[in-house]
Amino acid sequence: MKFTLSWLKEHLETEASLEEICDALPMLGLEVEELINPAEKLKPFTIAYVVEAVQHPNADRLRVCKVDTGKEIIQVVCGAPNARTGMKGVFAPSGSHIPGTGVDLKPGVIRGEESNGMLCSEREMGLSEDHDGIIDLPEDAPVGASFAEYAGLDDPVIDIAITPDRADCLGVRGIARDLAAAGLGKLKPLDIPEVKGSFKSPIQWNVDVPEPSLVPYVVGRYFKGVKNGPSPKWMQDRLTAIGLRPISGLVDITNYMMMDVGRPLHAYDADKVSGGAIRIRLSKAGESYEALNEKTYTFEDGMLVLGDEHGIDDMAGIMGGERTGCTDETVNMYLEVAIFDPISVAMTGRKLNVLSDARYRFERGLDPTGPTWGVHLASKLVQEICGGEMSELVVHGQEEDWKRTITLRHSRIRSLGGIDIPEQKAKQILMDLGFEVSGSGESISAVVPPWRRDVEGEACLVEEILRINGYDEIPVVSMETGHVVPEPALSKEQVREGRAKRVLSARGMLEAVTFSFLSRAEAELFGGGAAELTLVNPISSELDVMRPSILPNLLAAAARNANMGNGDASLFEVGPQYADATPKGQSKVIAGIRVGRTGPKDWAGATRPVDAFDAKADVVALLEALDAPAGNLQVSTDAPAWYHPGRSGALRLGPNVLAYFGELHPKVLKEMDVRGPAVAFEIFLEKVPVPKSKGAAKSFLKLSPFQPLTRDFAFVVEKDVPAEKLVRAAAGADKALISGVRLFDEYQGKGLGENEKSLAIQVTLQPVDATLTDEQIEVVGQKIVAQVEKAVGGRIRG
Amino acid sequence: MQDVETLRAELAAAVEGAGDLAALEELRVSALGKKGRITGLMKQLGGLDPEQRKETGQALNRLKDEIQGAIEARKTAFEDAELNARLAAERIDVSLPPRPEEAGRVHPLTQTTEELIAIFAEMGFSVAEGPHIESDYYNFTALNIPPEHPARQEHDTFYLPPDESGTPRVLRTHTSPVQIRTMESKTPPIRVICPGRTFRSDHDATHSPMFHQVEGLVIDKAPHMGHLKGCLIDFCRAFFGVDDLPVRFRPSYFPFTEPSAEVDIGCTRKGGEFKIGAGDDWLEILGCGMVHPKVLQYCGIDPNEYQGFAFGMGIERIAMLKYGIPDLRPFYDSDMRWLKHYGFMPFDVPSLAGGLNR
Repeated sequence: MKFTLSWLKEHLETEASLEEICDALPMLGLEVEELINPAEKLKPFTIAYVVEAVQHPNADRLRVCKVDTGKEIIQVVCGAPNARTGMKGVFAPSGSHIPGTGVDLKPGVIRGEESNGMLCSEREMGLSEDHDGIIDLPEDAPVGASFAEYAGLDDPVIDIAITPDRADCLGVRGIARDLAAAGLGKLKPLDIPEVKGSFKSPIQWNVDVPEPSLVPYVVGRYFKGVKNGPSPKWMQDRLTAIGLRPISGLVDITNYMMMDVGRPLHAYDADKVSGGAIRIRLSKAGESYEALNEKTYTFEDGMLVLGDEHGIDDMAGIMGGERTGCTDETVNMYLEVAIFDPISVAMTGRKLNVLSDARYRFERGLDPTGPTWGVHLASKLVQEICGGEMSELVVHGQEEDWKRTITLRHSRIRSLGGIDIPEQKAKQILMDLGFEVSGSGESISAVVPPWRRDVEGEACLVEEILRINGYDEIPVVSMETGHVVPEPALSKEQVREGRAKRVLSARGMLEAVTFSFLSRAEAELFGGGAAELTLVNPISSELDVMRPSILPNLLAAAARNANMGNGDASLFEVGPQYADATPKGQSKVIAGIRVGRTGPKDWAGATRPVDAFDAKADVVALLEALDAPAGNLQVSTDAPAWYHPGRSGALRLGPNVLAYFGELHPKVLKEMDVRGPAVAFEIFLEKVPVPKSKGAAKSFLKLSPFQPLTRDFAFVVEKDVPAEKLVRAAAGADKALISGVRLFDEYQGKGLGENEKSLAIQVTLQPVDATLTDEQIEVVGQKIVAQVEKAVGGRIRG
Repeated sequence: MQDVETLRAELAAAVEGAGDLAALEELRVSALGKKGRITGLMKQLGGLDPEQRKETGQALNRLKDEIQGAIEARKTAFEDAELNARLAAERIDVSLPPRPEEAGRVHPLTQTTEELIAIFAEMGFSVAEGPHIESDYYNFTALNIPPEHPARQEHDTFYLPPDESGTPRVLRTHTSPVQIRTMESKTPPIRVICPGRTFRSDHDATHSPMFHQVEGLVIDKAPHMGHLKGCLIDFCRAFFGVDDLPVRFRPSYFPFTEPSAEVDIGCTRKGGEFKIGAGDDWLEILGCGMVHPKVLQYCGIDPNEYQGFAFGMGIERIAMLKYGIPDLRPFYDSDMRWLKHYGFMPFDVPSLAGGLNR
């Protein structure tokens, strides 16, 4: 919402400076977005007298002018056809910045003649598109004076953001009212003479809508014999200042009233309306009209429109039509001042994608009394500017019963707002804002003014009082916690999540945060892409499906990093994946990838290409950090299709998969443009059980005073026997004595059968009561061999 | 006795003159071995008269100890020399780099989120979470944003196909739905913050289709605007580590709060350098207000008995301000150069005990 300072002062009698006003506005909830003083950029331009303009000796189209700037006489070469001796124009000396062209003027020589400045056109000054010649000022223009000041362009433009509730501030008057209430001046009364019409309007309303609430109230008036010339300069200046193009008296009046008092109007050229009536009705699918913005819109069924027997002439509350719009030739005008259903206006505007100042105001809710006073205010301007004769009013419907009374308990200002404001002050604020206030003490009744449709209840009244009194005045009270040491803010699950991030970054991985959506192709590679998880209105087809896994995003990141010369990537993310669109379909996953080598090539040969066991190491470390029951986890080889079928696994706890890990499928890598090797893991956080709290104390540790001893065994087993099974068998051979089993060698090849491998384990025996005898050791050894044989069919390697 | 003295001189010279460990061993055997010279002299002691035997015996014993000691010392010298020679040969180039270890980092969003949790935890808040795919009801309606409300247009909502009952599904445009879910499931007093992902269909230099917000909600019998101010002023000052940070509350509008406010913090842009703190300018960082009575009613809480406040802010925004991160979009690009530069050390867990500013 833009307005100029002088425009504001039309409504606000104030001594406040521009700065004071701009400081006060945001504290009232009217955020100043921009403050532009057009005089700033026009500072160098002054009024000058052309002492002499003679033909340039070397160029047909140029003239050499002697210009009196009021201080000195300067020679300027000018190409304008209207440059002539004795005229007054606008002069810019060398060194000026020309806003319309962006050029910085330098002294120069044009075809042999010196030129030290410029006589400007309106376009060069950024004032209009007019470039037919230089500005030709009246004879009485004061030479040497500032052009901006002379032309009334030194009126600062204030642009403020209006929150959706403050429809009343979509007119300058509303802003003035707020400022006045806040003590920055006095709201001037609005003079609206009610003049009776002298004849019956030849155009009537014909309202034909299924619900009366679509058109609760509309007032029309016929103006006979108007003269639609240009609007007066003051009006043109204000419209121009806020970025509206002056068109003609009638059109400018409608625009001016919209900005001045927030009341949109529409003016028809009455002679173009046929049939003696304007019908307000719902559109039929396929009907179309050319709007004033010169675009053609085609309606759907049931949109609110106005028109005559020839068709549609107005998209209700949004934009008038070209066919019946006013032109310079208009002599008879029919004025529409309406209230339309805001939801209907909003829906039509949204569906047909038309933005307009009128729609903006209609859909935020207009003052329901607007047609009553608006028609008279508009009539006054039409009379003043275009003359003519006015008809009697043409009225359909009536003002809605807008009077709502809200009761304010005075104590509520204190209990909700945290500040004591005396009753009288509170009442005065409400009155200044236009509320009718009665009652006293604890129960204050306030009738909401018709322009404040946003004020609905007691809390709104408290807000109005606090706002005008100033939020700054509210005393600050720190939160009381009621306990010296606060309770934990995080649940056990949330604590684990944080720990997981720290564990993985400590393991050399970088934490990434990637989008929750990705492309369909990527989603499908990872089992996603369901219709219910496809965005209806994505910003691009690259981001249109909710991710079924975090991995594709991490792989895409690895590919991007490789393109930047970082082929080795270790990335992880802790975040959501989406199995379906319900809240339960969203799960929290810790996913990571390692691509390329474990580190850069080095002199010690310590780094190597990554493999599935790097991913497994990450998973194991994480599960430990998450307090998963490590001993009960089982490895299975049924990781999903995006993993290498022979080099991947799942870690399970009974039927629940806690994690997948392994090498990624080469086809997936190819699709994702990632050069392998690449390994990944996914841990499903909610599937990892949170151990039941048994208090902070750890279990009692009994340390044996006896030295442990180790024994190595090598078994030959069939190739597809999982090593873990053998280890478990060995560990189970004597649970009291065996404290650890570690697999330290896997061998295939010479000396073994085609389908065989050798697995070597080191078993640690920890005596508890006494040192072991050779005999006891021998017995344990036999038990281990027997258990392994039984479990995996292994034999001791000879 | 003359013999013993001669022998001492001779052996001492021999120890001194031994060229290497082998020669020294040879000397030891020849002097102290079973057939050694000192041993030989000791064997002859039996033939001497008692007086002389005692005297000579003592002298020989001393000589034996002395020579033994000299040989040991000489041996240690030889061994040290040998070790030194070996160590000298073992020299490595210690200017070589150590074996590579990759440095991991925690994302600045994680760090920032944990920092703000630490502060609000101190004020008695706990952390709540909620789904990203929301029903239209939780994202809008229950927050007092009816279908035709202009605020809905300003949210740039992402839509998903409707559920079986035809109800629209959306990606939550703010973390405020978690407020609703919390009020539905808990009875006051309530103090929660809800950090998490939010989505809006906007993509340019300063907007990302996904970003993070933290929502705060306090519901009890008495919290008022003064508490709201206290809570957020305390937060801003602790988070940015500026004790006297100016914080101002401006009236604003949100459908789900009444009264509503936007919060600015003080800053200065003097000399082209941006700094948070007392200065000549203001920077908007969050929105807040007293929970709208209608919202309480939607959640089954009696607005005549309970009231409270809510606030919401962008986590990226406060992270960028605090840590001087210039652009929004790289937060989600996973460029390892960016992650290493703006990320945090794994053991830098934010705590109020250690302060939230390095």
